[in-house]
Amino acid sequence: MVEHPVTAVLEMNGLTVRFATPEGEVSAVNELNLLVGPGERLAVVGESGSGKSQAFLATLGLLARNGAAGGDVRFHGQPLLGLKSAALNEIRGARIAMVFQDPMTCLTPHLTVGQQLAEVLVLHQRMDKAAARRRAVEVLEQVRIPEATKRMDQYPHELSGGMRQRVMIAMALLCEPELLIADEPTTALDVTVQAQILALFEELCAQRAMGLILITHDLGIVAGLCDRVVVMYAGRIVEQGAVRDLFRAPAHPYTAGLLRSTPQLDQAYGEALETIPGQPPNLQALPTGCAFRDRCARAVARCASERPRLQRTGEGRAVACFKPHGEVM
Amino acid sequence: MVHLNKTSDGMANLVETSEVKGRSLWADARRRLLRNKAAVASMIILALITLLAIFGPLVSPHPYDEIYWDVMGIPPTLESAHWFGTDSIGRDLFVRTMYGARVSLMVALLATTVSLLIGVVYGATAGYAGGRTDNLMMRFVDIMYSMPFMFFVIILMVIFGRNIFLIFVALGAVEWLTMARIVRGQALNVKNKEFIEAAVASGVSTGAIIVRHVIPNVLGPVIVYLTLTIPQVILIESFLSFLGLGVQEPLTSWGVLISDGAKEMETAPWMLVIPAAFLAATLFCFNFIGDGLRDALDPKDR
Repeated sequence: MVEHPVTAVLEMNGLTVRFATPEGEVSAVNELNLLVGPGERLAVVGESGSGKSQAFLATLGLLARNGAAGGDVRFHGQPLLGLKSAALNEIRGARIAMVFQDPMTCLTPHLTVGQQLAEVLVLHQRMDKAAARRRAVEVLEQVRIPEATKRMDQYPHELSGGMRQRVMIAMALLCEPELLIADEPTTALDVTVQAQILALFEELCAQRAMGLILITHDLGIVAGLCDRVVVMYAGRIVEQGAVRDLFRAPAHPYTAGLLRSTPQLDQAYGEALETIPGQPPNLQALPTGCAFRDRCARAVARCASERPRLQRTGEGRAVACFKPHGEVM
Repeated sequence: MVHLNKTSDGMANLVETSEVKGRSLWADARRRLLRNKAAVASMIILALITLLAIFGPLVSPHPYDEIYWDVMGIPPTLESAHWFGTDSIGRDLFVRTMYGARVSLMVALLATTVSLLIGVVYGATAGYAGGRTDNLMMRFVDIMYSMPFMFFVIILMVIFGRNIFLIFVALGAVEWLTMARIVRGQALNVKNKEFIEAAVASGVSTGAIIVRHVIPNVLGPVIVYLTLTIPQVILIESFLSFLGLGVQEPLTSWGVLISDGAKEMETAPWMLVIPAAFLAATLFCFNFIGDGLRDALDPKDR
């Protein structure tokens, strides 16, 4: 696999997430291996239901009650899975912060923005109220919230969606985390604000060696911000590599499909956008062999009988496919 | 350029002054409640009754247990200084009605406080914990529910003798059950909201989440239920007193007064009508306030 510094911020080895449902067991994540180094910006892309969010919820012990995580996840060498919630609370919010997808509902409605931000600081950094308030205003300004002092005394319902999303991001950054897990962090933002937030992320990664895991559908953001990409499909990594290499020459047919189905500004008007036919497989009854084969134009007989393993193909590159692009068919 | 800067400064000032401090959901609810005429009138009437109950006996020259042998069962008159008349053994009904109000309102206050404290904490914990803990805690509530309450009170009375504090305890012990169920249902609903997940992800401990993020969000229905519990508690107390299980003579409550008045209904109707009117007015007021609160806290349902 990829060479990494010894002090990986986050290291996943064979992470498996399963949900017990009345219809049977669902495997959301299978044998996931991942490494994030200090200051590294990793993108995790994939369709809805590919397990990308669940893998990181499991990391922080946030799985739903019917979910179970197996394997090994380490944060600076310390195992996270199976940790008691009191011990996890020392890490969550302080050293690993997460920005959730939905900015509309992630803020407690009856507390002001300031109260919620201060809560985190008082909790983790034992700050007094005044210091917490100063720090909160500072971070709100960092995430480009206009009139930050005034916003502190407002309630979430008085802010716009984009503003709330920035508050969520501010909350995650309050304690200067060593790892930021951002799940679609910029969906509700204007492109201009989005660019500013992404620039802020980049700056934090560079200055404080913060590790960043960006979970997203937006390949444009990935290209602009991240060092490495992991492409997930049906709970497994199908391809990974440095952003530039992977975007220039996607090896897995799924990655290639994803890239082709991204709208291009220079695309001729009226030209139909390419899509990947079919739908992601049912995780309860995964087909034998490659999970993508039913939607794959390159599938061969072997794809149905045998599951392709993730194979190293070059510097930092790996792909799980018997018939990758760039090889003679 | 200078000019431009000035205007933008002016604009900033304008924005600054016109923008109000964030209005909480509670402030909004208060505003809506104060626009509800029935609820405001009820609050005023209730405040008057409470003031009367506190200060009425101080104004009147008569103690509540003194028997005036010469004026047994006289109707309300202003000259005699027995403003509400006297009862069948010659005690001043005004002072007795006010003492009755004290007992009834105190029962209401204490029993609902007990039910609030136990019910909210218990229900929120059960709902938030979920799973087996929730199951165990709620089955205990079910068992308590199935106990015959009257029987329970009668046994308490027999064992410990008639005592007003026993009534508080008994009422509180029963009323928290429904409260716990309501809060638990709400907590189940709230706990799956993203902001709870966000709080967990920020490293907030379970206890702090229940106190700071769950309970405040279930308070709406709790307050409404509370205002509807109060009349219920007053009624139960009246009923117990009517049965002779409540407060002990010569102390009185509205239930006792109504029970005594009912015996003289044909010859001296005021003995029944006056305490009954106070009781009814109080119950009305609480119900109107409860109604107003429900509308104020959940404007979408109207």
